[in-house]
Amino acid sequence: MNADATQIDSAAIVPALPRGVRLRFDESRQQWFLLGPERVFEPDEIALEILKRVDGARSVEAIAQELATAFEADRDEIAGDIMAFLRGLADQRMVDL
Amino acid sequence: MSDVETLPQATPARPTLPPPMGLLAELTHRCSLRCPYCSNPIELDRRSQELSTAEWKRLIDEAAALGVLHIYFSGGEPMLRRDIAELVAHARHAGLYTNMITSGVGFQPAVLDAVAEAGLDHIQLSVQAIDAKTCDRVAGYEGAAERKHAVAAAIARLGLRLTVNAVIHRENVHEIPAFVELAEAWGAARIEIAHVQYYGWGLVNRARLMPTRRQVETAMLQVEEARNRTAGRLVIDSVLPDYYARYPKACMGGWGARLMNVTPSGRALPCHAAETIAGLAFDNVRDASLSEIWYRGAAFNAFRGTDWMKEPCRSCARKEQDFGGCRCQAMALAGDPAATDPACSLSPLHDKLVALAEAEAASERSDFIYRGYQGV
Repeated sequence: MNADATQIDSAAIVPALPRGVRLRFDESRQQWFLLGPERVFEPDEIALEILKRVDGARSVEAIAQELATAFEADRDEIAGDIMAFLRGLADQRMVDL
Repeated sequence: MSDVETLPQATPARPTLPPPMGLLAELTHRCSLRCPYCSNPIELDRRSQELSTAEWKRLIDEAAALGVLHIYFSGGEPMLRRDIAELVAHARHAGLYTNMITSGVGFQPAVLDAVAEAGLDHIQLSVQAIDAKTCDRVAGYEGAAERKHAVAAAIARLGLRLTVNAVIHRENVHEIPAFVELAEAWGAARIEIAHVQYYGWGLVNRARLMPTRRQVETAMLQVEEARNRTAGRLVIDSVLPDYYARYPKACMGGWGARLMNVTPSGRALPCHAAETIAGLAFDNVRDASLSEIWYRGAAFNAFRGTDWMKEPCRSCARKEQDFGGCRCQAMALAGDPAATDPACSLSPLHDKLVALAEAEAASERSDFIYRGYQGV
């Protein structure tokens, strides 16, 4: 995928957590979880930063921009990583794209 | 250190044991349906024995504090409990992910509305067969199929996240593609295609339910085809029939490793069939906290880890993968809960088991022994 295609995609796609999927912090394990039907996903640090921004309002491009600034990384590269990550969750119906 | 490893543990408590992920809350054994493979025990709890609303609320709070993430309100039919919406709301408030497993039969439509309003995250609706006559016959209830279609429409209207539960056996094994199409038509995000597990009622009815090896192989191919066709739209989880398998299932993800089950009258079990194992003593949540039961309960510690194993499990490379299979199945078929699950091809009983399954699959018996309070 070239950088232009990523930009076009990532501006148009606004990911959201569907009803029946919740991101929560578990006090007893001191760990974040993304919970869905018969699914427990333990996000790592980067995954968590993405998921906290999946709110049905921010586009993938906007999320990539925020993370690029926060982690001093290339925005388009991050946008590609975010899309790959979210597509994996969307296949499990854990994220709506 | 090998001599230390073979010593019995001084104390069954394991401070490093992680908390349970899920709690199966069997609110009641009452149910309008009489499915001949019901996972409830042969000896059903009566309404008068059921935990009260206050007792369930305390249990929910204990579960949340312990680290339970998912609660499954089940039964029997959980919507026969008048406090179901109150309990769902309580569990949501405690931070739990709330699931409810329903037959779709026996409750007023307003109850479902109240449960959705209470914040239910996910509902699982069982379907006994695609053919309405077969559905009603397996459920032992006239009009079950029609009622389930109406409930599915209500679930879609409420926007609830839906899983269709299809329990597979000889009478509906040919309907797998149609089950998947029904799940899609109902707007489900997920379908469970679970072959009957042969404990309790299922074991009693095994000769009436067991599919042939060929039927099972066809079913597995159809599941794969459906997965490819519906990828990204429908999640398909399947539970295999283990009699024809080479290796046993990792039952419950390991004994006392991930789940707790509480019966309507408050007995805490490592799995819903655990009471079939003779000699195990089960704590009641009326007498002890969930945390005490999880970490120190005798039944929960009986088959934790691998120390209890005998050969061929003990030296098996897969022992941490499948934990020797299912303890209840070892009890039922080998007469010893610490034996290798006869579903495993390494069990000395495996060949006998497969021959038995094949003979029963060919028997063409259809005289179901229905689940009920009269026992068998």
